[in-house]
Amino acid sequence: MELRSLSGGFENAPIDASRAFRAVLNAMARPGVIEPITGAQGPAPMSSAMATVMLTLCDPETPIYLAASHDTPDIRDWIAFHIGAPIVTADKAAFAIGTWDTLCPVTQFPIGTSEYPDQSATVIVDVEHLDQHGATLRGPGIKDTAQLNLPDVVAFQMNAVLFPLGLDFILTAGDQVAALPRTTKVEVV
Amino acid sequence: MYVAVKGGERAIDNAHEWLAEERRGDTDIAELSIAQIREQLALAVNRVMAEGSLYDPDLAALAIKQSRGDLIEAIFLIRAYRTTLPRIGHSKPIETSDMACDRRISATFKDLPGGQILGPTFDYTHRLLDFKLAAEGKAPVAQTRETDVDRMPRVTDFLNQDGLIQTETPTDTSPPDLTRQPMQFPAGRPLRLQNLTRGDEGFVLSIAYSTQRGYARNHPFVGELRIGRVVVEMDIPALGFAVDIGEITVTECETVNQFTGSKTEPAQFTRGYGLVFGQTERKAISMALVDRALRWEELGEDNMGAPAQDEEFVLAHSDNIQATGFLEHIKLPHYVDFQSELELVRKLRRETADATKEAAE
Amino acid sequence: MSDYNFAYLDEQTKRMIRRAILKGVAIPGYQVPFASREMPMPYGWGTGGVQVSAACLTPEDTFKVIDQGADDTTNAVSIRKFFEFTAGVAVTEHTGEATVIQTRHRIPEEPLREDQILVYQVPIPEPLRFLEPRETETRKMHALEEYGLMHVKLYEDISRHGNIATSYAYPVKVEGRYVMDPSPIPKFDNPKLEMAAIQLFGAGREQRIYAIPPYTQVISLDFEDYPFDPSKADHPCDLCGAEHTYLDEVIIDDAGGRMFVCSDTDYCAGRQADGHRGRLSPIQEAAE
Repeated sequence: MELRSLSGGFENAPIDASRAFRAVLNAMARPGVIEPITGAQGPAPMSSAMATVMLTLCDPETPIYLAASHDTPDIRDWIAFHIGAPIVTADKAAFAIGTWDTLCPVTQFPIGTSEYPDQSATVIVDVEHLDQHGATLRGPGIKDTAQLNLPDVVAFQMNAVLFPLGLDFILTAGDQVAALPRTTKVEVV
Repeated sequence: MYVAVKGGERAIDNAHEWLAEERRGDTDIAELSIAQIREQLALAVNRVMAEGSLYDPDLAALAIKQSRGDLIEAIFLIRAYRTTLPRIGHSKPIETSDMACDRRISATFKDLPGGQILGPTFDYTHRLLDFKLAAEGKAPVAQTRETDVDRMPRVTDFLNQDGLIQTETPTDTSPPDLTRQPMQFPAGRPLRLQNLTRGDEGFVLSIAYSTQRGYARNHPFVGELRIGRVVVEMDIPALGFAVDIGEITVTECETVNQFTGSKTEPAQFTRGYGLVFGQTERKAISMALVDRALRWEELGEDNMGAPAQDEEFVLAHSDNIQATGFLEHIKLPHYVDFQSELELVRKLRRETADATKEAAE
Repeated sequence: MSDYNFAYLDEQTKRMIRRAILKGVAIPGYQVPFASREMPMPYGWGTGGVQVSAACLTPEDTFKVIDQGADDTTNAVSIRKFFEFTAGVAVTEHTGEATVIQTRHRIPEEPLREDQILVYQVPIPEPLRFLEPRETETRKMHALEEYGLMHVKLYEDISRHGNIATSYAYPVKVEGRYVMDPSPIPKFDNPKLEMAAIQLFGAGREQRIYAIPPYTQVISLDFEDYPFDPSKADHPCDLCGAEHTYLDEVIIDDAGGRMFVCSDTDYCAGRQADGHRGRLSPIQEAAE
């Protein structure tokens, strides 16, 4: 195991994780909102925001799928050391991480069952940047409409149709986080 | 003139002080030590360990002292403490065939290899108050002798050799843990057993008793009841082998129950199983009966609609910490909900009165 | 602060709860199962709310706890002290100052803002439970969106009493999909369930977490000819004179004398501080 895989954890786990969770909660509850999030550093190409989200939500009880972009020995070691989560195939993932292109097709991830729609994957996507221009978002958490740059439109529209089943997305870039739950309806303006 | 009630915080502090004083009682009487409770109220300690799901006689004794002897309160203290403990790892399954038995009886055979050992039991005591105990006397001493028995094979194994009892297939899969995952139904047998071994002794006893009285009767015999010490082993990955991490006392009960079979399947006895921390044989026997009743589907029996066959009913109501909490929460103020009911009842009465009046006019 | 972990729960437990909260937010009104832990207070006394609050609080938060609308009820005091001790957070009795509010049986009168979280303590999260006691059955009903039983129950009320005879824990439908129990709040509070703050619901003993994100559609179940009626006692508050608040009825003598006061004690005190007076206001200089 490389030394750099041992670093990059939270300095003060309970406090760092509490702040990070509030950022993610706010993002998930208000699609389109971009929240600052800091605390952890993962090996490249993982963004600091993604590393922080993972340390906040993942542990040995959450199987993780690594898309090609993020399936590196350093990241595997970092996850083994800091999180202890099993690395699994797409169909067994509780969390999936990667860039949008390598995560596709996102239909490969579990979308839950009609009795347990919560047993679906949360997909964490590292994107270039986040800003509030782009697709128009409507749905729970959004007062009228919101806007967010998204890596895709059709895939999110197809996902929303599955409601109450479906995937929930967390978008990370640098030290920022946004989210797109399955309830959000996406339109191109 | 009305002033809203204030001072909840001070009231709570005062109540706690009073409680502490009452717990200690008359200070002219010597204070109980944890060791006294552990040694002399051992069966209470055992129950607290079993239902608290934490094997630690000293902590259980402390909980009994702190709870003034209210065992459910003591179990609650242990449970609340237990959840704060980190999980370092998992032990290997204990091997009860290797138990150093203090007690081992079978009701199905007069004699058997290893013999019948009564052990420290109330069974044949005459329940007469022993007034000599009221005076502090000298310590009673029981006779001892070396045993010539080195193994105590299981009664169910004898039966199984001849195919007379249904075989339990061993598996290597880790059982689920209801303290880590939310309960889902159908639960399956491992989760049922975990629920029952933590369940309230009184509840499990009553459900078991109901099967004996005909609500899904399953004709149980105590095939074997054994109480004694077993070694707990844990795999240490860094060492590559298992090491002993300690010894615990458990009570195990296997019942031999009514047989199944058909024209094609030969008749066979079936089993119920109970395993509980400490010397807790009422609980272990009860658990075995309830376990057996809950297996109706797997064993191809009819659902008689009996409570003991109803997995969701039994598992959802066996936990005394959940039950007592919810029961006692009705002591909390409910005046907001009550007020809305009050308004509704007044409204309905008003409407009925108006309607009656109209009809009369 | 204490020797316990920040906000009492260990980090693995908090992660498990946080995951459940996020799924709850993503599926509004759906009850997410979670492995509720034994807490140092009894089941039925707010352990679900306490676990949700523990998973949400940060050191920067200001925490408020109400029970029946009041900050000074014993259980509210007990929970507030618990977090003061284990999380070292600032506490307040003022709705406007709080960032996280844990509540039992009420929604504050003052409209909540986007930067606030309202955490409800829930005794029985399943709105269909009193119609069908089996979890295996009610889960199927939610899966199939089969809510006929609930409508039959409400309809039977009407044929028997001439009214829907549910006055608290009045069922709602969230975002057109899940029927949800809003916890035993009076139905007067139901219209407030559509709000700017995040609403999280925790049921410890029943091991369920659910949520309503901000600006989510929440409709109280009713019939066209018997529309939902969020009525309350037809009186103003006897202390602050408010006509638009939920009231507690207080018996003041043994001759049937009673008065009505705001159940939201902070709101009532705020109005009185602003000079509003009711019929029996003890503040003499204001007597008219």
